[in-house]
Amino acid sequence: MSKNHFALPRPSLRFVPIWRRNFLVWQKMAGSSILGHLADPVIYMLGLGYGLGGMLPEVGGMSYIAFLAAGTVCYSAMNSASFEALYSGFARMHEQRTWEAILNTPITLDDIVFSEIVWAASKSLLAGMAVLAVIWVLGLSHSPLTLWLIPLALLVGLCFASLGLIVTAIAPGYDFFMYYFTLVITPMVLLCGVFFPVAQLPPLLQNISAILPLTHAIDIARPLLNNVIPAQFLWHVAVLLAYTLLGFYVSLVLFRKRLSQ
Amino acid sequence: MNETNPVLSARKLRKCYGGQPVVDGLNLSIRRGECFGLLGPNGAGKTTTLRLLLGLIAPDAGELRLLDYHVPEEARPARLRVGVVPQMDNLDPDFTVAENLLVYGRYFGMSDAAIEARLPELLEFASLTGKRDARVPTLSGGMKRRLTLARALVNDPEVIFLDEPTTGLDPQARHLIWQRLRELTARGKTLLLTTHFMDEAERLCHRLAVMDNGRLISEGSPRELIEQNIEPQVVEVFGEHAAAWAQDHAARHAQRFEISGESVFCYVLDAQPLLAELQQHPQLRYLHRPANLEDVFLKLTGREMRE
Repeated sequence: MSKNHFALPRPSLRFVPIWRRNFLVWQKMAGSSILGHLADPVIYMLGLGYGLGGMLPEVGGMSYIAFLAAGTVCYSAMNSASFEALYSGFARMHEQRTWEAILNTPITLDDIVFSEIVWAASKSLLAGMAVLAVIWVLGLSHSPLTLWLIPLALLVGLCFASLGLIVTAIAPGYDFFMYYFTLVITPMVLLCGVFFPVAQLPPLLQNISAILPLTHAIDIARPLLNNVIPAQFLWHVAVLLAYTLLGFYVSLVLFRKRLSQ
Repeated sequence: MNETNPVLSARKLRKCYGGQPVVDGLNLSIRRGECFGLLGPNGAGKTTTLRLLLGLIAPDAGELRLLDYHVPEEARPARLRVGVVPQMDNLDPDFTVAENLLVYGRYFGMSDAAIEARLPELLEFASLTGKRDARVPTLSGGMKRRLTLARALVNDPEVIFLDEPTTGLDPQARHLIWQRLRELTARGKTLLLTTHFMDEAERLCHRLAVMDNGRLISEGSPRELIEQNIEPQVVEVFGEHAAAWAQDHAARHAQRFEISGESVFCYVLDAQPLLAELQQHPQLRYLHRPANLEDVFLKLTGREMRE
């Protein structure tokens, strides 16, 4: 690996036309995209929330469906960014050769990777807002603090897009992504308090949970629904930002290596 | 920019992959307004050379200037003034013809209004005026190539790189592309193209370089390459006895000959003695023709397969 591959990222505003390109593609299938962002989390939330929630009087000081809603905002944002960064990102890089076409213009790989992160996070923003709309419509929270879920969804998106791109950068093909979803994303969902409080886990798993990014996102989201300013708010944001920057740098180094072959 | 400066110059360019040199001490100089062809068998290093010239990969050694910019350090401003037609299609399949041009123009920092203003001319040039709103998957191979060419012109570049621009096209589509490329040189654009097709190189290029194993092994106009490298006349002899005939007789009448399966290629300064000799062997068929670029190419790079 050449030492040039390790240079610090130097993204520029030239990422904007790539974002607009992806937005134009998205517009052509916006209907199905929005339906997916709404229907999937809502079905889970209603099914588990009412079904399971009927047996549980209260979880973590709130109704189970509200408890689940806070987790679902983060979970849905994570999923949107991960699918976009892995499957769609891989299609643009490898199958459609979109990156190759863009690299022949004044745009650099740093701009492209940055655009992928921002674009995937934009989809998380949309997913987060869809779940938030459901929270409001169902009356699960009346707190104006829930508006903070919108920037939180964006931050969760930036974080998981950056981490997901590491996998995209080393993937030989689409099948490879199953490892990431099975070994990283699914355990993350179960360990980070989406469906039940982390305190239910044995101490070892609680320690693992404490370093996972989704835990920090949910630790911000859940108090917001209860109209409470999250404890250690800045710390959680800092952890999510740190994962974002780490993912951006590592994925960029790996993409530089891959595309210089 | 000084008009006498070359548009592109490379000195002792070198790039290795896994310790193997792919581009090995390449020197190249391309003048403003010329169409320069880079020929070579598969794996000769043509595409790697193009990627180096565009600043997409960094050379291990050597010096590179494109439009007075140092590449790869100043590749970004250099690429603002360059157009690229890649070997494999990478049009956006989700978009229409017009959207492909619009989105690509934005990558150069052009405003939508500026791109819209160029669209009619670009579509006309690509003979795609009626296909403006057609989606890419509905286009034929020739139309896609022409759209890729139009896309490469969206920023009105001074230099256009074309990597095997007509590979996979039928003859009608190839001739239309050739006509367009000649129009571009007539307008003063500088073209650098790689190709496998010797007829393409002979028709289009003012100057050519033959590349093999990462080096330039010959350079000049098509006519110069033929004059410098090969005898002017070729007699091809076919038939099952051709090889046996060649072993016994060819050397007496031909300056040089090569046996390839059931064909014998005889390279001669004067074909008459050889043709007279062939009259004695009615079982052999033959073809007498002037030497062409393909003969030069095969002489310089050998007849064995490259895979």
